[in-house]
Amino acid sequence: MPLSGIEIFKLLPKKNCGECGVPTCLAFAMNLAQGKAELDACPYISEEAREKLSEVAAPPIREVVIGSDGRVVKVGGETVLFRHEKTFVNPPGIAMLISDAMDDSEIDARIDKLNKMVYDRAGFILRPEMAALRCDSGNPNRFGDVVGRVANSSDCSIMLISYDPSIQAAALEICKGKRPLIYAATEENIDEMIELAKEYTCPLAIKGNGLIGVAKLTSMAMQSGLKDLLIDTGARSLKEAFTHHIMARRAALVGKVKELGFPTIVMACEMSDDLLMQTFIGAIFIAKYGGIIVLSDFQGHSLYPLLLARMNIYTDPRRPLAVEEGIYEIGKPNEESPVLLTCNFSLTYFLVSTEIENSRVPSWLLVKDTEGLSVMTAWAGGKLTADVIAPFVRKCGIESKVKHRKLIIPGYLAPESGALEEELGGEWEILVGPREAANIPAYLRTIWQAA
Amino acid sequence: MDLNIPKETYIGQIREIVIGSNDRAIKVGGESCLPFYTFEGEMPNPIRIAMDVYDYPPEGWAEALLEVYGDVLNDPIAWARKCIEQFGAEMICLQLVSTDPYGIDRPSEEAAKVAKQVADAIDVPLIVWGCGNEAKDMETLRLVCELCEGKRIVVGPVVEKIYARVGAQAIAYGQVVAASTPIDINLSKQLNILLSNLGVPDEQILIDPTVGGLGYGIEYSYSVMERIRIAALLHEDERLAFPMICNVAKEVWGTREAKLREEEAPLLGKAKERGVLMEAITAMLLALAGADILIMRHPDAVALVRRALNELRNA
Repeated sequence: MPLSGIEIFKLLPKKNCGECGVPTCLAFAMNLAQGKAELDACPYISEEAREKLSEVAAPPIREVVIGSDGRVVKVGGETVLFRHEKTFVNPPGIAMLISDAMDDSEIDARIDKLNKMVYDRAGFILRPEMAALRCDSGNPNRFGDVVGRVANSSDCSIMLISYDPSIQAAALEICKGKRPLIYAATEENIDEMIELAKEYTCPLAIKGNGLIGVAKLTSMAMQSGLKDLLIDTGARSLKEAFTHHIMARRAALVGKVKELGFPTIVMACEMSDDLLMQTFIGAIFIAKYGGIIVLSDFQGHSLYPLLLARMNIYTDPRRPLAVEEGIYEIGKPNEESPVLLTCNFSLTYFLVSTEIENSRVPSWLLVKDTEGLSVMTAWAGGKLTADVIAPFVRKCGIESKVKHRKLIIPGYLAPESGALEEELGGEWEILVGPREAANIPAYLRTIWQAA
Repeated sequence: MDLNIPKETYIGQIREIVIGSNDRAIKVGGESCLPFYTFEGEMPNPIRIAMDVYDYPPEGWAEALLEVYGDVLNDPIAWARKCIEQFGAEMICLQLVSTDPYGIDRPSEEAAKVAKQVADAIDVPLIVWGCGNEAKDMETLRLVCELCEGKRIVVGPVVEKIYARVGAQAIAYGQVVAASTPIDINLSKQLNILLSNLGVPDEQILIDPTVGGLGYGIEYSYSVMERIRIAALLHEDERLAFPMICNVAKEVWGTREAKLREEEAPLLGKAKERGVLMEAITAMLLALAGADILIMRHPDAVALVRRALNELRNA
C-alpha cells in the first residue's frame, strides 16, 4: 500500500534543514508520496524509518536492473493498470536472439545490428538494448566464446538462455560483473539456478507452468533471499500469454500477490516463425505489461515501428513531450526556402514537419521552446508571443541561412503578427499560415509560391 | 497454492449496433469486458475491419499501396470489389476526399451519387467518410444519408458543428452516425448527449474518438479510448457505451516514415513491410484500447490484425 504524504512525514526527522532540495520535511514527504523524490535525498533519515519506508513504498512490481554499464535495462517498477492513471514507468527491454549455433559471421552481423540500429527522432534516441544469447550447441566452451564475443564488442545488456546450470555457470564466469539475466530457472533446476544467481549477483528469470507454477518457484527463490526475478509463464499462444499478463499485473497490483510482482519475459521469438508477426505480437505486449520482449531478429522495418510503439505507450501522460529548440531542415532548403515557426510540443512538431514534407516544398522550420505546450496554450501562457518569438528569430541563426525575410507563423498566432513585425524592427514580413497542419501543403504550394 | 487473482465485475455493457441491411449486415459492440478480457466477460461480436476506398485517385500514396491498388484507383466500385473479393473486406469505407474545397472541390451532389453507386454495387456494409471540411461534409453527408436510404450505412465524421443537420437526416433515413470529437472523453460524451437529445436512436450511434498514428500521438487516442471504455463498463456511463470506430489508415500512411523509400532511409528497412507493420500496430493498439471498427488499407496489415483479433477473442 502506498503511504500518504502525512504518514511519510511522521517518519521523517522533521528538521526542515532543506538539504534534500525542498525547504520543509512536509514538502519532501509530499514529493515522496507522489514519487517525485528519492528517499536517499534525505541525509538524516533513520535506519528504522528507511526500512519502513522502502518496504512500504516499494512498487508492487519489483524494479529489476539488467546490465552494469552501457545499455542497462531497468524493467518493472510499475504501479498502475492503465497509463492514464499515472504513467507506465520503465519501458520494456527489446532483445534480439543470438544462438551459439549460428556461424560467427552471422553472430558478428547481429552484434553489428545491436550496435548500429539507433534512431534519432528529433532528439529522442530510439534503440534496442539487449542480446538474448541462447545455447543451442550444448557445448559450454562454444557458448562461452559467443558470450565473450558479444560482451567484448557491444555495450548492450545480456540475457543468457540455457536450462543447464553448468552451461550457465561457464557463461556467467565469462561475463562476470556484467549483471546478465539468467534464463531460466525451472522446476527441474531451480536450486542450482538460485545458487548461480546468488554467486554472480544476477537477476534470475523463473519459467513455470502457468501462473501458479511460476508463483511456486518465485516463492522458493524469494525464500532463499533472491529479489531480482523475472517471470515467464511458459504461455506461447497469444491468447494465453495475453491473459497471463493481465492476471499477473492485476494479482500484483490489486491482489498484493508478491509471488507475481515481477516483470515478465515475452518470448515472442517462440510465438511465431514470421518476424513481422513476432514484432506485431511484441507491440501487443508493449501495451499489455510485457517486461522484456525477445525477438528472433531485428530488421529496420520491424524494429522501428516497435520502438515507436514503446516510446508512445511509455510517454508520461502527465508531461507533454518536447523536442529541442532550434532550426530543423525539411527536405533540402536553400536561401530562398520558406521559414515556418512552431512550438516544441512533440506532437505538433511531428505533424507540422510531416505536412511540410508532404508539400514537397523544402523548408526551414523554427521550433521555439514552449516547454512542450501546444501553440494555443503556449500563446495564452505568454510563451509564444511577439516578445519571445522576436529574440528567438534573431538569435537562432536563420538570418544567415535565408536571403528573404518572410516568416510564416501558425494561424492561431495571427493576433501577434503586428507586434511581431514591430519587435523585429520591421525587417521581417510576417505571414499568417494555416491553423491546422493539414492545410500546410496547400498553403506552401499556393500562397507561399505567390508571396 | 492459492493465488488471489482479482476479477473485475463490469456493471455496464456496450450497445450492439447493426450496420448494413442485407444478409451480410454486421453487428458490432455488445462487450461486457475490456477488450479481450474474456476470462471475466463477453465479447459477443468480433472487431471488424473496414477497408479504405477513395472516391478519386489519391495523390502521394506510398509505393506499397500503389502496388496493390494501382489498377483500381480510378474506379471506386472496382476498388471496393477488389477489397471484398481478394482481401475479404467485411466492410468498405468510402472516403469522399474529392469533396475537399481546398482540393478537387467536387460538388456534394456528385460525390453523394458515387457513394450511392458504391452502396448499390457491394453487398457488405458501407461507411461513407467526408473530407473533414465541416461545411462541405454537412452538405455531402446529408445527401448521402438520403440517397442511401434503406442501406443502414455509417456516415462520418459527424462533428459538433454539423451534428444537428446530419443527425436529422440519419434519423429520417435510418443511417448510423460516427460521432466525432477531437481526442477528449468529455467532448465525446457531450456530443453523444446532443445526438440523443436530437432524437438519434442509441442504435444508430458510433463513437469516433479521433486517432493519431504510431509515432504521431497514438498514445493520446489510446488513453482516451481506454477511459471511454472503462467509464462505460465500470462506471456505467451509458452515454459512452457505444462501439468505437477508428479511421486508422489515413493517419498511418500519411506519415513520413510510412512513405519513405528504402533508398531514402536504409536504416528503416523495407518500405512495404515498414508501412504494413506501422498500420498493423496502430490498428492493434487501438483495438486493445477499445476499437470495434478499424478502417484499414494494406491487405498484409489487415491479415496480421485479423489473425491476432481472432486468436485473442477466442478462448
